[in-house]
Amino acid sequence: MDLAYSVEHEAYREQLRSFLKKNRNKSPGTGSGAMAANDWQQLLIENGYAALTVPKEYGGAGLAPDILKSHILAEEFTLAKVRPGHSGDNRIVPVLLELGTEEQKQRFIPPTVRGEMLWCQGYSEPGSGSDLASLQTRAHVDGDDFVINGQKIWTSGAKTAHMMFCLVRTEPDAPKHQGISYLLIPMGIPGMEVRPLKQMTGDSIFNEVFFTDCRVPTTEIVGSRGEGWYVANATLKHERGGLGDPNQAASRFHEVLELMKNETIDGRRLIDIPSYRDRAMALQARVFAMKFNGMRVLSHNIKNEEPGLPRWIVKLQGCELNHQIAGLAIDVMGELGILYDESPYIRDQGMWQHRYMMDLGLIIGGGTAQIQKNIIGERALGLPKEPKFDKPI
Amino acid sequence: MEFMLSEEQRMLQESVSGFLESHCPLDRVRSAADAEESMANDVHAGLCELGIPGIVIPEEFGGVGMGFLEAALVAEALGGAVAPVPFTATSTMVPVALLAAGSEAQKQNWLPKIASGEICVAVGVTEQLGRRESDGIKAKNGRLNGKAMFVLEGMEAHGYLIADSTGALHLVDADANGLSRTKLKTIDRTRSVAEISLDATPADVLPGSVSDREPLLSTIDAGRLMLAADTLGAAQAMLDQAIAYAKERRQFNRPIGSFQAVKHMCAEMAAELEPCRSLVWYAAHSVHAMPTEARLMACHAKAHLSEVGQFVARTATEVHGGMGFTDLLGLHYWFKRIGFNRQLLGAPELIREEAARVQGLVS
Repeated sequence: MDLAYSVEHEAYREQLRSFLKKNRNKSPGTGSGAMAANDWQQLLIENGYAALTVPKEYGGAGLAPDILKSHILAEEFTLAKVRPGHSGDNRIVPVLLELGTEEQKQRFIPPTVRGEMLWCQGYSEPGSGSDLASLQTRAHVDGDDFVINGQKIWTSGAKTAHMMFCLVRTEPDAPKHQGISYLLIPMGIPGMEVRPLKQMTGDSIFNEVFFTDCRVPTTEIVGSRGEGWYVANATLKHERGGLGDPNQAASRFHEVLELMKNETIDGRRLIDIPSYRDRAMALQARVFAMKFNGMRVLSHNIKNEEPGLPRWIVKLQGCELNHQIAGLAIDVMGELGILYDESPYIRDQGMWQHRYMMDLGLIIGGGTAQIQKNIIGERALGLPKEPKFDKPI
Repeated sequence: MEFMLSEEQRMLQESVSGFLESHCPLDRVRSAADAEESMANDVHAGLCELGIPGIVIPEEFGGVGMGFLEAALVAEALGGAVAPVPFTATSTMVPVALLAAGSEAQKQNWLPKIASGEICVAVGVTEQLGRRESDGIKAKNGRLNGKAMFVLEGMEAHGYLIADSTGALHLVDADANGLSRTKLKTIDRTRSVAEISLDATPADVLPGSVSDREPLLSTIDAGRLMLAADTLGAAQAMLDQAIAYAKERRQFNRPIGSFQAVKHMCAEMAAELEPCRSLVWYAAHSVHAMPTEARLMACHAKAHLSEVGQFVARTATEVHGGMGFTDLLGLHYWFKRIGFNRQLLGAPELIREEAARVQGLVS
């Protein structure tokens, strides 16, 4: 048990802090002197603070993986309230690096890392949610092209994306997991239609994407035909790792506490109402427990060990915790808690109601809470699987 | 940055758990409870050989001089085995009080005997956490008068650490004049709780506790932390038993653990309990490494483990179906131990209020 950082890592933190101090006015969103987002990204890459492990030949910083440095980086950017850089797209870039052809890496990774090429994910379908491998969007080969027909749903960012990485069924006669291929599809090609899907929050982050005889060259596949499920699992792993981040819960809890110290009812601060205070303290214990659980996961990752159970529970517990934090903020505000959009008297731009709904969306998305419990039960606790009653596709 | 147990800490865990597995199986727990033994002397003797009673006592006083993380690992193992032996009061609370506020002579007199396990010292501080009916201790001219309730590890003790109404701490011999003890029966038959009546009983005040509440408060912190760790071990044992049962018990031609209704109960218990381990580790580590955080962490560990422990206790019992409700299976020993830990030294609501106060959130 040693919570101190090594000399090397402390030096890294200091160096990063002075960089942030010197350059924070260049961060997008800070007013005059701010750079465009992609220029800021470029500055960060040049200094080794973005796209850390993406090789230089593909436009990254080309550094050796150092989990602790990545962790320090995330912490310090949050602390300095400066927009962090990105690694292009943490779903597609690792997949291309691992499984893409040299030509695909050259063509797709550099513009993605620069922030010029945006991606969306074409996985879920109306009939294939938790049972993703049952997906029905089909592609058949016609000459040098795949011809795609079908529909995707819950496609975040489809309106702004330039490319989609997409799962389609290319081998209809194979067993369901072996009949899928992983295609790279340019957005806006003939026969493709994107329809925004309005969410309960009023936003339209998600879309439906329809394919009618859409053609892409047969070279635009990652891995071989029928290997798409295995290619996709590499990306699902990356997505699952990010949901339920304990540091996010900690910073949101801090915001609720500030709200409770500043807001009054009948002249009484909300924190002075014992039942509210009790709920806040119960949540604070959970926030700490998840934060320390995250430190434990990190410690195993640094040593290249599988963390096991502490890792499997992060998505389930972390998303639920965020939801409860937002729920507390709404409850303690009483009637003020229902104000939304641009209502008079609104607090924090109505973000707590927005988060309360978004967090429920995240409890469902990226593998539902119930799927998470199956994973925990089967993989971590070794409980037997349910008998399968799958029909052929 | 390394937030995990060291090799030595894992070895300590294994040696204590290993000893308890072979020398303190459920049959032994049951026989101690049925015979109303105030503790299982054979189990205690074996733990003494491992140096457990002196785990946090410095070597100069005959202990092994380890930290609170090691003590928490021991408490966890004891909870896991529902071991009927004293530990929280005599091996952690009393040493903390003596080291913080005792005179050199008091330390020399008491600590080596506690470290060897030759004597056990019980703790009565409940009056400082909420007065009941007729309890309350008045100190005057080196003598104590009054009644202390819920004295932890009180029936097997050779001495008592008693807080008076001002918060000053006193050491009292069990056979001192005017002292009488009455057993309070609780749901948990693996630990003893006594009511101690004092009538002009000679007492030896810890000088550092006379005008400073800090020794009393850190004594309570230590106790809360150990009860939290005990619950962690007890709840993990219940979860392990529930998982094993869900794999083996068959209904409708399938192991019941293959039904999502049962599988999800197990997953929920694991998902709730696993972060508790990190919370207990951090709270225990903070006692030495980050003392300014220690009180808040002890509060959160005690309150949160009480909540999660209660959830695991009832859910693991349910996974066992009707068998969970029987005396035969013995699952209730863990259920009751978790219930006991929840109430002692402050139930969750009281402790959460304390957590808020520690942070300056109570005006």
